Amino acid sequence: MNAPDPKPLPGVGAGLPHESAHLHVTGRATYVDDIAVPAGTLHAALGLSSVAHGRIRVLDLSAVRAAPGVRDVIVAADIPGINDCGPVKHDDPILCAGEILFHGQPLFAVAADSHDAARRAARLARVEVEPLPAILTAAAAAEAESWVLPPVEVSRGDTPAALAEAPHRLRGEIQLGGQEHFYLEGQIACAIPGEDHTLRLLTSTQHPTEMQHMVAHALGWRVHQVIAECRRMGGGFGGKESQSAQIACIAAVLAVRSGKAVKLRLDRDDDMRITGKRHDFHIEYEAGFDDRGQILGLRLLLASRCGFSTDLSGPVNDRAIFHADNAYYLDAVDILSLRGLTHTVSNTAFRGFGGPQGMFAIESVIDDIARHLGLDALAVRQVNFYGDNAGDSRNLTHYGMKVEDNVIGPLVAQLASSSDYAARRAAIDAFNATSPIIKKGLALTPVKFGISFTATFYNQAGALVHVYNDGTVLVSHGGTEMGQGLYTKIRQIVAQEFGLPVEDVRLSATDTSRVPNTSATAASSGSDLNGKAAQAACQAIRGRIAGFVAERLGVSQDAVLFAAGQVSAPGFDAPFAAVVADAYRARVQLWDAGFYKTPKIHYDPVTMQGRPFYYFSYGASVSEVAIDTLTGESKVLRVDILHDVGRSINPALDIGQIEGGFIQGMGWLTTEELVYASDGRLATHAPSTYKIPAVSDLPRDFRVALFDNENVEDSIHRSKAVGEPPLMLAFSVFFALRDAVAAALGPGARPRLDAPATPEAILKALNGGAL
Amino acid sequence: MSERPIHFHFRGAIRQLDGVAPTRTVLQYLREDVHACGTKEGCAEGDCGACTVVLGEKVDGQLRLRAVNACIQFVPSLDGKALFTVEDLDGLGGLGLTGLLHPVQQALVDRHASQCGFCTPGFAMSLFALYENHAECPSRRVIGDSLSGNLCRCTGYRPIVDAVPLAYAQPRVSVDRDAVLAALDELAALPALEYVGAGRRFSAPRTLPELAAARLAAPDARLLAGCTDVGLWVTKQLKDPGDLIYLGAVEELKAIRADAAGLFIGAGASLTDAFDALTAFEPAWTELARRFASLPVRNAGTLGGNVANGSPIGDSMPGLIAMGAEILLQRGERLRRLPLEDFYLAYQKTALEAGEFVLGLHLPPPPADRHFRTWKVSKREDQDISAVCGAFALDIRDGHIQGARIAFGGMAATPLRARATEAFLLTRPWSQATVIAAAQVLAREYTPLSDMRASSAYRSRVAAGLLQRLWLEHREDDESGDGAVPVRLADLEDTL
Repeated sequence: MNAPDPKPLPGVGAGLPHESAHLHVTGRATYVDDIAVPAGTLHAALGLSSVAHGRIRVLDLSAVRAAPGVRDVIVAADIPGINDCGPVKHDDPILCAGEILFHGQPLFAVAADSHDAARRAARLARVEVEPLPAILTAAAAAEAESWVLPPVEVSRGDTPAALAEAPHRLRGEIQLGGQEHFYLEGQIACAIPGEDHTLRLLTSTQHPTEMQHMVAHALGWRVHQVIAECRRMGGGFGGKESQSAQIACIAAVLAVRSGKAVKLRLDRDDDMRITGKRHDFHIEYEAGFDDRGQILGLRLLLASRCGFSTDLSGPVNDRAIFHADNAYYLDAVDILSLRGLTHTVSNTAFRGFGGPQGMFAIESVIDDIARHLGLDALAVRQVNFYGDNAGDSRNLTHYGMKVEDNVIGPLVAQLASSSDYAARRAAIDAFNATSPIIKKGLALTPVKFGISFTATFYNQAGALVHVYNDGTVLVSHGGTEMGQGLYTKIRQIVAQEFGLPVEDVRLSATDTSRVPNTSATAASSGSDLNGKAAQAACQAIRGRIAGFVAERLGVSQDAVLFAAGQVSAPGFDAPFAAVVADAYRARVQLWDAGFYKTPKIHYDPVTMQGRPFYYFSYGASVSEVAIDTLTGESKVLRVDILHDVGRSINPALDIGQIEGGFIQGMGWLTTEELVYASDGRLATHAPSTYKIPAVSDLPRDFRVALFDNENVEDSIHRSKAVGEPPLMLAFSVFFALRDAVAAALGPGARPRLDAPATPEAILKALNGGAL
Repeated sequence: MSERPIHFHFRGAIRQLDGVAPTRTVLQYLREDVHACGTKEGCAEGDCGACTVVLGEKVDGQLRLRAVNACIQFVPSLDGKALFTVEDLDGLGGLGLTGLLHPVQQALVDRHASQCGFCTPGFAMSLFALYENHAECPSRRVIGDSLSGNLCRCTGYRPIVDAVPLAYAQPRVSVDRDAVLAALDELAALPALEYVGAGRRFSAPRTLPELAAARLAAPDARLLAGCTDVGLWVTKQLKDPGDLIYLGAVEELKAIRADAAGLFIGAGASLTDAFDALTAFEPAWTELARRFASLPVRNAGTLGGNVANGSPIGDSMPGLIAMGAEILLQRGERLRRLPLEDFYLAYQKTALEAGEFVLGLHLPPPPADRHFRTWKVSKREDQDISAVCGAFALDIRDGHIQGARIAFGGMAATPLRARATEAFLLTRPWSQATVIAAAQVLAREYTPLSDMRASSAYRSRVAAGLLQRLWLEHREDDESGDGAVPVRLADLEDTL
C-alpha cells in the first residue's frame, strides 16, 4: 500500500460530474432514437420464430408485404454479403437461413413507414416449421456432448493425489442463473445511405469497429465504405458488444436496398427474446482441505449454457477458468470447462465476462468448507488468500501468472474492522437464537479481478486530439460512453496534460472515421487504454508547443509548464489560447494521434498459461441480510464495501461504478430470474416478469469507501479499472442469505441454495431442496 | 353529440389534436409527432418509468400534479388536463431564461445520480412531482415510494435518493399554478369529448347518466379507465380495442365516501386515492397499498379497473373480498350489488352484463374484534406481480373464531375465497393447533399454477405461511406481548 498523493491533481483526481449530466437531467442528451433522421426514413421490425429448433417448411410473407405502410421485406437470401454477424466464428446468422436455432430467432425483417406499421406487419407471416429436438440447458448439452467449442481443461499439480490425501473432502453442486442486461435503452441502429456506395451507421454499441466490419461483410462491401458512430449508449453492460451487430446489419441491408435511411429499434420484449445474456452455469466440485479449511486439492466442473452460437463464449468461459481462484491460492487444481451448445439465445458478454461465474464457484466451495468444519467463513477465506509478498510460494495462479500486487489481506482486514464484522457476527447469532421466524445472515466476500482483454491483441487503443487555434480541445478516441464516465475521465486526463479547465475540452462521438481499428469498450479497460492513448497524443502536441515556446525564449523545453490555463516559463506567462494562436501561425502541428498497447501481457491460448492480465483490482464487501422463513422473502439490511480503484481519476464516478455494479450483481443473485418454458420460450421477456433491483432494494445502510492504493503498474495516473470488479462484491449478499438459511436449519447445515436466491429458492433451501 | 379535437395544456398553451388514432400513446405523440425526445421509451408497458411525465388536473379547486407513464396513456386521455415533460422543468418558476436547472435536476447532477442517463428524465419527472407535492423534504419512505416506478440499471439508486434532500436545500421554485388552473378552467368549459380518429371513437362522458346512456348505446365499446392494462393490449399485443368509452371524465365515478355505513369507493377513483381511503379505513392495507404496482401506475389506474379486470393476480381483490366488499353495478338506471367474490365466474370472466359498468365498491364497517391482514409475496418488493396475495379477516371473540373470511390471489383462475378453510376455522379456538390444522385444509383447497413467477408448490406453502404469519401477529398467548421478536421482515425496518 502506498500513501496517496497529498496534492490532488487539477482535473485528474477530482470528483467532477459526468460530462453529460446536465444533458441527462434535462432530456437533452441524444441517444440514437433521438437523433433527427432524414425525411423518408423507414422503420424496421423483425419476425421471430416461435419454436426453439426446427426447419422452416413454409415462410409465406405475402400478408407481411401487403400490410399498410410496408416498403420492403427481407429474408436471409436477400442479404447481399455474408449472412453472419458472429464476432469470432461464423455461426451467427443475421436472419435464419432455414434451420431455426432458438425460440425468438429473427426469420425476416420488415421496413415500413412507421415503427408501429413495421411491428404490426412483422406479425402477419405464415410460418410452417418441422420441429426438431431441442437442447435447452447446460446440463442437457453436457449430457449430449453438444458444444459450441471443445471442452477445456486446466490443471496444476496432482489433484487426485491431493484429494486422496486431504484430511477432509467435500463434493457439491450448484446452479447459477443467467442475467438479462436490461440496458434501459434497447438495441437500436439507424443506417443512412450515402453517396457512392457508402453508409453512415448510428449505432448504440460498445464496439463501433466491429459494427463497421459486420455491416460491410453483410453488404458485401469493404470496410472503408462504412462509418459507425456512437455518441452514447443508454447502458451496455456487455450486451452491446457483439449483440448490436445483428441490429446494425439488418438496418444496413434494408437501407442500401431502399436507398432510404432505416432505423431498427427493438421493442423491449423482442430485445429480451433475441439478444444474448449472461451465461448460466452448472457447477460441480470436489475439494480436499485441512482442519483450517485450507484447500489442498480442487476438482471443478464449470458447464455453461452458451446458446445456439459461439459468439464470445470462448473468452467468457476462459475468464471463468482464470477467475476460479478469485483471491485464493489453489495448489492442486483441475478445472474442466464445458461450453454447451443449446437452442436458446446466444449468451454473450456481461459485466465480468465469465469471471463472476468462476468466482462464484470457488466462493461456494469456501462457504461449504467453512460450514463443514464449523468455522467462520471469513477465517477460511483468509487462510486461502494468495500470499502477499514476492517470495511467497503461494502467489502463482493456476495459469502461471505471479500475483505481484496483492492487497486482499490488508483490504479485508480493514473492512472486517471498519464493518465491525466480529461483533456483528456475535450479535446476529444472538438474534437468531431468539428469533424463530426471521433469521439474519452475514458474509464477507473478497474480489480479485484480472484486468486486460484475454485476447491480447485487443489491448490497444487510439485517440485523436485536436487543439484548435483558439485554445480549445476536441478529443476523439476508440472507447464508447455507456454511462461509466469514460468521456469524463478522458476529458480530465486531457485537461490535465494541457493544464486547462475541463470546460475547454470536449469529446466528440466515437466514430470509426476518426479513430480506426478500435477495440470493444469492455473488460473494464476503457480508461486504461484510451486514457493512455489520449495522453500520448496530448504529450506529443504539448511537446511541440513547449518546443516552440522554448525556442523563442531560449530556455529548455522542460522549463515550459502548462497549468491553470497558462503556459509559463522563466520570465514568460501567457494564456494557453494565445500561445496556441502564435504556434499555429508559426506552423506548429496542433493535433496528433496517440496510441497505446498494454505492456507485459502474453499468454498461450492452447496451454492457458502466461500473463493474461496487466494487474488485478481488489475489493471486498460485507452484507447483512434477513430472511422470512415462512415465505422465503429477504431483505438486505446493511452493506459495507471497501474497493481498490488504485489512484482514482474521478472518485465520484468510481463510487458510482462500485455502487451500481454491486446492486446489479445483487439483482443477478437475488431477484433476476430468467425462466424458460419447456418449449424453449423465454417466459420472462419484459420488466413485468423479469425483476431488476428497484429503489426499495437499495440497502438502507450502504457504506462504500475506496481503499488507499496505487497501481503498482504504470497505468493511467496509477488508477485501476472499475467497470466490472464491483459486480462481484454482491457475492456477500448471496452468501449472507445462505448463512441465514443455514442458521434456520441449525448447526452444520450446508443448504443447497441455487442462484438467484428468489423467495422460492430460499424457501426451497429451507425445506431441504424441495417444496 | 358533436365531435371535437382533443384539447390539453402543454408548453404553456392549449393544444388541439385531431386526426390521430385514439390509441396513439402520449409517448408516441411526444417522440414521433412533436419530436420532444427527452421522454424515453424503455419498455412500453409502464414498468420502467423512462417515459414518466406529469399530468395536471384541477381537483377541489387546486392543481394536482401526478406522475404517470406516457408509454401506455392514450392521447385522448389528456383532454382537459395539463401535460408536463422533462423539457418543461428548467423553464419552470421563471428559471428558463437564466439557464439554471430545476432544483431536482441540479441535485441529480450534484449527487452524480445519472450514469447512462437514459432513465434520468423519468426520475427527474417523478422527483418533480414529489417536489411539487411536498413543501418540505419528505421521509425516505415517501421518496422511495415516489420512485417505485422508475428503474435505473446503472447507479443502484443511492445517489438518486440522496439527491432529494439536496433539491430541497436549494431556493424553492414552483409551477405557476394559477396560469395552469386558468388554462384548465378554459378546457373545462369545452363540451364533453367525443373524438373520432382513424375510424375509432373515443367518448368521454362527464356524468353518470351520460355514461350509462353511452354504455347502453355501445355495449361492445371498451371501457377505458387508467389505461394501465388496455394500454398494453395496444403496445404489446398490437390489438385494436375498438371504440372506447373513457371513464376518467366522470367526476361522480371518482367519489369516495366514508360514513357509518362503511366506505364507498367509486370505480373511477385512482388507486392512489382509493388506497388512501382504504388505509384510513383499515390501516392494515398500508403495506399492500405501497407495494401495489408503482406510484405512476397507481396514479393512472383505478380501483374499479383492477376489480373489473378480474385478473387472478390483481392485488386489491383478496383484501376487498376478505373485508366483505360488495361491487355496485349499473346498467342504464338499474343498480345491483353483488358480493365481490360472486363477481368472478371463471378465468377473466365476470358477472358484468352487456351495457353494464362498475359503479364502485362498498365495504361494511369492520367489527371491533376484527383481525385483518393483506399481504403480497413477490420476487421484488416494488412493482411486482404477486406470486401469492392473501387476505385474512378473522373475528375473534373469547379466544374463538367467530367469523372468518379468507381470500387469495395467485392461487386459482380468479381471486377466490378459501371457503373450506374458513369453515374449518369457524368456532374453533384461535390457537397454534388450529392454525396448523387449518393450513392442511388450505393446502387441499387450492391447486395453483406453476409459471414464471412461482411454482405451484411454492404458492401453496406461502399461502400456509401467511396463515401462520397471521397467527404469529395476532396470537393471544404472546408471552412478551411487545412484539420484540420479529415475525416479518418489515418488523426489522424500525430497528434500522
